[in-house]
Amino acid sequence: MTPAERLDATFAALADPTRRAILARLASGEASVSELAEPFAMSQPAISKHLKVLERAGLIVSGRDAQRRPRKIDAAPLAEAAGWIERYREIWEANYQRLDALLDEMKRAGAGKKRKTKE
Amino acid sequence: MTANPESKIKVSTPSDREVVTERAFDAPRTLVFDAHTKPDLVKRWLLGPPGWSMPVCEIDLRVGGKLRYVWQNDADGTSFGMTGVYKEIVAAERIVHTEFFSDNWTGGEALITTVFAKKAGKTTVTITMLFASKEARDGAVATGMTDGMESSYRMLEDVLRSTAAA
Repeated sequence: MTPAERLDATFAALADPTRRAILARLASGEASVSELAEPFAMSQPAISKHLKVLERAGLIVSGRDAQRRPRKIDAAPLAEAAGWIERYREIWEANYQRLDALLDEMKRAGAGKKRKTKE
Repeated sequence: MTANPESKIKVSTPSDREVVTERAFDAPRTLVFDAHTKPDLVKRWLLGPPGWSMPVCEIDLRVGGKLRYVWQNDADGTSFGMTGVYKEIVAAERIVHTEFFSDNWTGGEALITTVFAKKAGKTTVTITMLFASKEARDGAVATGMTDGMESSYRMLEDVLRSTAAA
């Protein structure tokens, strides 16, 4: 998935009240499919469909317990949706603009030295 | 100096554990390498968000040599540091070093590979940051360099709170 596709998947996943409620439940700790289905008047297969959408968006991951396969929340796609990459890029661009100015200074200093040795 | 859109940094996440940045500079490789490896020069630009200075910058540029950076917030005096060890050095071409931040944002050590390449008359600096895990990668870049993770958690809390209230 490209970052853009992932972002689309994240927003699509969040655009459903049942899925948001599932995330709310998982925010306080991992849970199995049956535990997640409990509060909803919904069959486990229906809940599993929602879980697949959330998994594809990378918002939840399956635990290693082979029998229970608890789901855990994964906040990274949300961080991406919230634009952390953009903020990161801004900070590094600011660093690099300072570096641009420093490099100009260093080039001028180098050119100055060359002129002096030529005289 | 006019703003050159080509000079903007590119950031990508080629895998779950990595962040890669790429940026071109209008200067020879030797100068760009010096700016990354001489403490007096590093202190001039590697500062992060506005309001931070770099009171400590120690670099022992040899394989096995240590680096140590400390940044300080000018307003409230809070500081944080980074230590690391050089693993590979090829002058004006490549540096590989480890990084460990004082608040352990990186979930252990991160491995940083910096490549200086000649491209169309400029020097391109490509930095690959390899973290110990996906969580470390997400936590480090979001928390360490930005308050992104905090704001994304706040966003999640808002969404979940409104969901609970509904």
